[in-house]
Amino acid sequence: MPRRLTSTRFTAIASSLALVFAMLCPVVGTADSKIRIMTATTDLASLAQEIGGDKVDVESVARGYQDPHFVDPKPSFLLKLSKADLLIVVGLELEIGWLPPLITQSSNPRIQVGAPGYFDASRFAKILELPTGQVTRAEGDVHPLGNPHYWLDPDNGLRIAKGIQNKLSEMRSNDAAYFAQRYDAFEQRLKQSEQQWQSQMKPYAGRKVVTYHRSWPNFAEHFGLNVVGYVEPRPGIPPSPQHTVELIGQMKRDGVKIIMVEPYFDLKTPNSIARDTGAQVVVLMPSVGGEKEITDYFKLFDYDIAKLKKAFDETH
Amino acid sequence: MKRFAVLSALLLFSSMAYAQDAPSVPAKPDVSPAKAEDARMNALEEQIRALAGEVALLRGELKELRETKSPEHPAGPQVLLASSHPEPGMLAPAPVPAAPQTTQTQTFGGASGNAKLLNPDISLIGDFIGTAGHNAVSPSRSLELHESEVGLQAIIDPYARADAFISFGETGVNVEEGYITFTSLPGGLLLKVGKKRADFGKVNTIHNHALPFIDRPLVTNNLVGGEDGIDDAGFFLSRFLPAPKNWFLEGSAEVLRGDSADVFQANRRQDVSVVGHLRAYRDLTESTNLDLGLSYARGHNNAGIGSALDPANFLTNLYSGDLTLRWRPLRRAIYNSFLFRTELVWSARDQLSAALPTRFETQHAFGMYSSAEYRVNRRWTVGGRFDRSGHATDARLTDSGFSGILTYWPSEFSQIRGQYRFGHLATSPTDFSNANEFLFQFLFVMGAHGAHPF
Repeated sequence: MPRRLTSTRFTAIASSLALVFAMLCPVVGTADSKIRIMTATTDLASLAQEIGGDKVDVESVARGYQDPHFVDPKPSFLLKLSKADLLIVVGLELEIGWLPPLITQSSNPRIQVGAPGYFDASRFAKILELPTGQVTRAEGDVHPLGNPHYWLDPDNGLRIAKGIQNKLSEMRSNDAAYFAQRYDAFEQRLKQSEQQWQSQMKPYAGRKVVTYHRSWPNFAEHFGLNVVGYVEPRPGIPPSPQHTVELIGQMKRDGVKIIMVEPYFDLKTPNSIARDTGAQVVVLMPSVGGEKEITDYFKLFDYDIAKLKKAFDETH
Repeated sequence: MKRFAVLSALLLFSSMAYAQDAPSVPAKPDVSPAKAEDARMNALEEQIRALAGEVALLRGELKELRETKSPEHPAGPQVLLASSHPEPGMLAPAPVPAAPQTTQTQTFGGASGNAKLLNPDISLIGDFIGTAGHNAVSPSRSLELHESEVGLQAIIDPYARADAFISFGETGVNVEEGYITFTSLPGGLLLKVGKKRADFGKVNTIHNHALPFIDRPLVTNNLVGGEDGIDDAGFFLSRFLPAPKNWFLEGSAEVLRGDSADVFQANRRQDVSVVGHLRAYRDLTESTNLDLGLSYARGHNNAGIGSALDPANFLTNLYSGDLTLRWRPLRRAIYNSFLFRTELVWSARDQLSAALPTRFETQHAFGMYSSAEYRVNRRWTVGGRFDRSGHATDARLTDSGFSGILTYWPSEFSQIRGQYRFGHLATSPTDFSNANEFLFQFLFVMGAHGAHPF
């Protein structure tokens, strides 16, 4: 005998189940005295921690040794995002390949684009390499809104920190004085460190360098380096033999002795170029957490500047 | 049906009303009045300082504009200042723009606010497929622009976003997906309304261009509606569920019209189909994760149409289990990765017996596939797949096969693939036809195509 479950009964049961499913399950997340902050990258997490102190819980989606263009939008991040009060993003389409589905699927109205808990740090930063004229992918994986690696300029770190201070004060006006005090202390420390960094880098001002990806324009501008070429023929395009030959010729002509490489790129081509040109490959960390000892925004510059200084001295 | 409609409407409208009224900032803790007053004064002072800074900056911008318009100060190359959405205090201390450069341009924020205006993200993905070799059972064309998928994606308002994917074949157009997603519902609910690929297993949810192989597995073709799959109009509700530590659980409940390829067919309005999906996910290590799923789908089929029996009694029930194991080392994410996936599908289809057309029967068929992909380096990926599946209408017929695939990525925005496919395809319970085919594919992406869920 055929089953006799009528469609009407069936749909009523299905819809009732859906309703029960919706109403009975407890709401994910509970009230908490700390502001729960999720950031796209570890650098933004470090800045948020500097300003938020013990009034915030901060966690980053991407790790410091990970290419921030390519992050898997794992469901494990969804749980954290679903409870976040504030989401701080790099913006400028750096996270376009992985963050939008996480935001949507988080079901968290507080951090949706445009909501008070969505904080685009790029709005506070000095942005370089804003393309002019026609923008096409013939130029590779270009960022039409400008270069998103802007946090590698300490001045931008300060600007972002100011923005975070205002955002946290807006969210918790009772703690505004605390956040202001933390910002003042951060500014003072950063300016002191900045003097040290500048004095360390001063002897190398104007030195020509080559980088793997266009990750370092803000860093180079701030510390007076001259980026004359890239291992990638175009942003996001793997090195090609023809481009590598051209780059070797250019490095020889210009006397370039430093190749700056991010930790997530293959060293085979940079090492090959270095052998042909007498240059040195320097693996620099573009983000906090790239190495264990880089535990905050200050140590990021300490680490990179120390490595660069050593390389400049050795290749002089 | 009325009860269903009333319940759905109640759920939808109560949720929307909540979403629009819900406070977006967490409740503030109680404090003493004196402290609160001090804090308020401090905040006001801060705002006044910020506004003063803002006025100073605007004056500066005005002056700069006047200067750039004056004949003795011709405009230099692209130096922009923040203007779209300044926030209190963000401009103090005001950043000093560097001197105009010819090789680099700069801006202090604001660019993202103006660049896209209100246009949706628009993309087109071209999918060109060629086939050579022998297949007597299900031959495909030698060369075809298999699909051109246009994607339109945008945020609709503070409470929702929308996605539409329109698929152009060489001879017709199909709205593959078009739905609104309510992102601000209470209780952590996520509701999608429109036409969409149902959350049944894994491969059913994946668009053609995002498949790891050129074709879909045999089990999809035999039991789950082929290329279109379970893709229907309706309500798609999902929510995270309480889970043991380090596990992620998500449940989905979907009510659809009941028309999906040759799997479901609604003969009356009340013949809706339902899909339920439970997903469990866990990070095993930083680089490795396990993804498990259980799915169920139920709907009416077309087997009873034209028969003496009531078509309302002919149902198809589908059950599925899926497992995915991924490995992608974070430091080498763009060079190496590995994915193993298997899906098992059971189909129970009510129909008239082939031997005795007046007799009602249920065909129980089983199908599965297992596949693996390995990214060898930044540009090359290899993969293999094993297929085995019965036919939904005649479980005695079982097809099997295997494939090997090689993918080359010139960039993130194009792919070139070659796939060898062998099929041992049943033509009767005792007869088989072997298919040996070589497929190749060129995929290309124009514009901004939104990222797909993990």
